[in-house]
Amino acid sequence: MENRELVCVACPLGCPITVTFDADGNVATVTGNTCKRGDAYARTEVTNPTRMITTTVRVEGGSAYVVPVKSANPIPKGMMMECMAEINKASIKAPVNIGDVVIENILGTGVDIVATNYAE
Amino acid sequence: MLNYDLVVVGGGPAGMAAALKAKENGIDSIIVLERAETLGGILEQCIHTGFGLHYFGEELSGPEYAGRFMKMLEGTDIDVKVDTMVLDVADGNVVTAVNKKDGLLKFQAKAVVLAMGCRERPRGALSIAGSRCSGIMTAGTAQKYVNIDGYMPGHEVVILGSGDIGLIMARRMTLEGAKVKMVCELMPYSGGLTRNIVQCLDDFGIPLKLSTTVIATHGKDRLEGVTIAKVDDKLQPIEGTEEYVPCDTLMLSVGLIPENELSKNSGLDLDRITNGPQVDEYRETEHAGVFACGNVLQVHDLVDYVTEESQIAGLGAAKFIKGEKVTGECVYTQGINGVRYIVPQRINRETDTDVKLYFRVGAVFNNARIIVECDGKEILSKKKVKLCPGEMEYVTLKQSVISELPADAVINVRVEA
Repeated sequence: MENRELVCVACPLGCPITVTFDADGNVATVTGNTCKRGDAYARTEVTNPTRMITTTVRVEGGSAYVVPVKSANPIPKGMMMECMAEINKASIKAPVNIGDVVIENILGTGVDIVATNYAE
Repeated sequence: MLNYDLVVVGGGPAGMAAALKAKENGIDSIIVLERAETLGGILEQCIHTGFGLHYFGEELSGPEYAGRFMKMLEGTDIDVKVDTMVLDVADGNVVTAVNKKDGLLKFQAKAVVLAMGCRERPRGALSIAGSRCSGIMTAGTAQKYVNIDGYMPGHEVVILGSGDIGLIMARRMTLEGAKVKMVCELMPYSGGLTRNIVQCLDDFGIPLKLSTTVIATHGKDRLEGVTIAKVDDKLQPIEGTEEYVPCDTLMLSVGLIPENELSKNSGLDLDRITNGPQVDEYRETEHAGVFACGNVLQVHDLVDYVTEESQIAGLGAAKFIKGEKVTGECVYTQGINGVRYIVPQRINRETDTDVKLYFRVGAVFNNARIIVECDGKEILSKKKVKLCPGEMEYVTLKQSVISELPADAVINVRVEA
């Protein structure tokens, strides 16, 4: 398999990373990263890429129209649009606190969607 | 007249960090004045994650980052007035403000921290031909519409400028079902962080067109399309490269301008490059007791750096109020050969601390060295694999080095490619 050149998105440094593979297609080496998070990012990115999802959810009975939410952990990259459709169906009753779970275990990913701001 | 030791103008991340740092350092009476309805500043609408990796060691969204500082503020006796607009910072550190409840307010402060942040460069600052139809807005305005007000400002989007807000909005609009056709960037490189190009554009197959700009907008009531063109190395449109792109929304992410009306009215000279006040190593301006920090001083890439800088200003203000801040002979900093500016612009020779010099470069450099010199003598140098205008850099000067420089010496920082 050919080498994969990546730019790490784990933090704003954006390290250029090279991943090489062995004959069986497994990751052989990860170079260019400057921290452990970069190594982990590169290995996930070439096998099962994941992303955090951040969006908003409608607020019912509050003065705010929407409250921002995020996935508590990264979700599979390919499921982002499906998750968005699911989140856009949801709403939450005011008052909302940071960390309130809006959707549990979204689409069976094992990841919760949680509020990231207060709403009254 | 209300008496305070410290008046902080602006309750975003800069103002909150400065107020908290001053409190930690023994300042009794502090008030934060914020014109919006809540503290937090622009972070309230920055719902994406990636904030706080340096400062908190975890990846937070904007409101979460702001929320932590609000909690810390609540745990102190720092006064806060929201919905309050500061009108004037006059000689002798008299701050005039107004709000609906109290009317006109006058504060006599021992020290003032200016933390007003920045705003986006608007359409009027660009010379794009076309009518004033709806559908043309800054990326930050669109961000407020989507993330705070909860509605979509358009369906088919072209973004001009590859600053981080533009990149973030490209992803945000795509997630909400809009078609983002392209991001056009006048320069041959992006103004945003590489990670944002990867996760906001590449992930969604949105093209980034470098050396390309919008030369005309079309439409009468609502935007119907834009004409884009390639630009030459003098940034002028190249004839024959024009292309019509149908769209109902044009978002601008073409730079941020520190919001320094108060600073200018108070008589402070602004740095021609940063558009912010000129400060010393504790971020004290030319006016004694008036400090500046955050995006009003220089536009930062990361809120973590805003927090760091504002803590320096908060500490400086505390030292000033307690009569412990060193003043006297200074040395001056200057960016040359590829280094566009330096903050701070001056350093007290007898300072009590090491000093980080923050700067930006004017072009992309690979495998370059940053060299700090004074009177033709190299003070230090630092190797960098990559330098680009979108990312702020720094070098650290030791206190012992600074104290040995002659008064009024000029410290030059340059790039050797």
